[in-house]
Amino acid sequence: MMELVLSLAIGILTASGVWLILRPRTFQVITGLCLLSYAVNLFIFSMGRLTLAQPPILPRGGLVNPELYADPLPQALVLTAIVISFATTALFLVVMMAARGLTGTDHVDGREPDA
Amino acid sequence: MPAPQHLIMAPILIPFITGALMLLYDERQRRAKLTLGIASTVALLAVSIELLNLAKGNRLPGDSDIGIYLLGDWQAPFGIVLVLDRMSAMMLVLVALLALPAMVYSAAAWHRQGQRFHALFQFLLMGLNGAFLTGDLFNLFVFFEVLLAASYGLLLHGGGQLRVRAGLHYIAINLAASLLFLIGVSLIYGITGTLNMAHLAVLIPALPTADLPLLHAGAAVLGLAFLVKAGIWPLSFWLPTTYMAGAAPVAAMFAIMTKVGVYVIIRLGLMLFGASAGVSAGLGAEVLVAGGMATIVFGLLGVLASQGLGRMAAHLVLISSGTLLAVTGFALAGGSTEMLAGGLFYMVSSTLAVAALFLLLEPMSREDGGIAAMLALTADAWGHEESEDEDPEAGLAIPATMTVLGLCFGACLLALAGLPPLSGFIGKFAILSAAIGTSGDIPAVTWGFMALLLLSGFATLVGLVRVGIQSFWGVDVTVPKVLALEIAPVIALVAMGIVMSVKAQDTMTYLSETAEALLNPLPYIETVATAPRVATGSGAP
Repeated sequence: MMELVLSLAIGILTASGVWLILRPRTFQVITGLCLLSYAVNLFIFSMGRLTLAQPPILPRGGLVNPELYADPLPQALVLTAIVISFATTALFLVVMMAARGLTGTDHVDGREPDA
Repeated sequence: MPAPQHLIMAPILIPFITGALMLLYDERQRRAKLTLGIASTVALLAVSIELLNLAKGNRLPGDSDIGIYLLGDWQAPFGIVLVLDRMSAMMLVLVALLALPAMVYSAAAWHRQGQRFHALFQFLLMGLNGAFLTGDLFNLFVFFEVLLAASYGLLLHGGGQLRVRAGLHYIAINLAASLLFLIGVSLIYGITGTLNMAHLAVLIPALPTADLPLLHAGAAVLGLAFLVKAGIWPLSFWLPTTYMAGAAPVAAMFAIMTKVGVYVIIRLGLMLFGASAGVSAGLGAEVLVAGGMATIVFGLLGVLASQGLGRMAAHLVLISSGTLLAVTGFALAGGSTEMLAGGLFYMVSSTLAVAALFLLLEPMSREDGGIAAMLALTADAWGHEESEDEDPEAGLAIPATMTVLGLCFGACLLALAGLPPLSGFIGKFAILSAAIGTSGDIPAVTWGFMALLLLSGFATLVGLVRVGIQSFWGVDVTVPKVLALEIAPVIALVAMGIVMSVKAQDTMTYLSETAEALLNPLPYIETVATAPRVATGSGAP
């Protein structure tokens, strides 16, 4: 059940994201990129296998059974990916605003198709 | 600890610290930033050459040509490793050799056209060097993002509608490609449980057959992300406009950015899916050959169709990366060492020549419309600042402008078209002779590739000669005012190409050893797996 919900969520986010980045307005593109990055983050997270109520950090000393612990690496990767995609999206937003100001339109080509 | 081990870290640390220092300086202290930047790049060049010599002379620890730096002193598959081998040492030297002329060139005018040019430039160098040194997939992603973030800033340097529009497309494409990168990396991690490249190469042949389709899908998605950067044909429509829009020194640095994608494909492809990979051997070789050849055709037609030199130079970048991708594909399908070595020679020579052409472009077409108008627009955007220092540091104009420009242009033309006596000829000749030299019948694909390689050289010749005649032999040619600071870097880049062809024997020997090491990654894998920790046995378990 948990797997089904997660894969549906990733699938819907990706589908909406792909549809949006193919749209002609810059705001739609940036929204699409955000949705896609959420989908990718969830995807990375799921690559550590889905578990419930398991800590990712091992206790100090002694041997432990790794089956009782969640894989910490994808969690660390997700954290890095979130930070990076947040920063680049913010940068994209700035460029988007600059393009809007310079060209006077929010079309991705910088001019209206029929103008 | 012995000194060479820490030296491996220096190509990342030097630009990082310099870039951070520059952020402390006010925008008006441009001269201080320039001095810092040049000092850092010279240091980078010295370190890279020393590292190259260490790798060349087998003087790295354990008398090998591979050096390992364990970050945080963690044992190899668990921590992140930096790996220096012949290939990465060569790329480090190439970066430094490109960066120095580009930076000197920017001192003539460009670094005054916007903010934070020098700091961004250093961060770009840091990202490039890191991407060439790292031996870990996720670390590669981080360094890619560093270099991309810096390149976004640099592309927008100077402002103006054209750049912002090209920048918007460039950033959107690269954000999407980064997401593909992440999907590929996490799929590979999900199947193998490791991110270390050498460790992956050990695990892949032993994977159960049921896991292979997923692994191949992950590798393909990952490869797609690099192919976008390398500008393979259906994914390269962003490239010409972007490279054309960049300021001259930025475009010259961008000449190596496509090569980062090619580098990763050569490295990962040959290590993970080389001859020793069992069932997965040669994964994607056909795609690389076909895509590379399609890219050459696209670049060739683009060169012939281009009206301006800028667009032509951008299509020349495409021809160069298409050739390299096809050569990589042949190597992956079990090609010879000689061909890969020729490809590497061609990569170095074409990168230098394209960078020189991008630097030459702006002085050459200064008087006629296009770029002059763009410069004026840039000056408008920064008008208030420009008016105060009305060229007090403009410097020396050179005599016999047209002669010098023409000679440099001619040298670039010879190198890019692959005509003797310059370096492009030797690279192409090595590729061709290796393609013919294979025993037995030559497959049709190889014939096709050889024909395309020669045709692309011919198209380059036709296209560039057309521009050359217009610019240098026209009746109403106005002589532009060119500063010594602008022409010296071009001459330096051209001279490097000449040195490469004079010292062709030495360069070729080094490159064949590099190609051999790439085709037989076993020593690399073993060195990474057995890299000793510095502190042994102490600390927590």
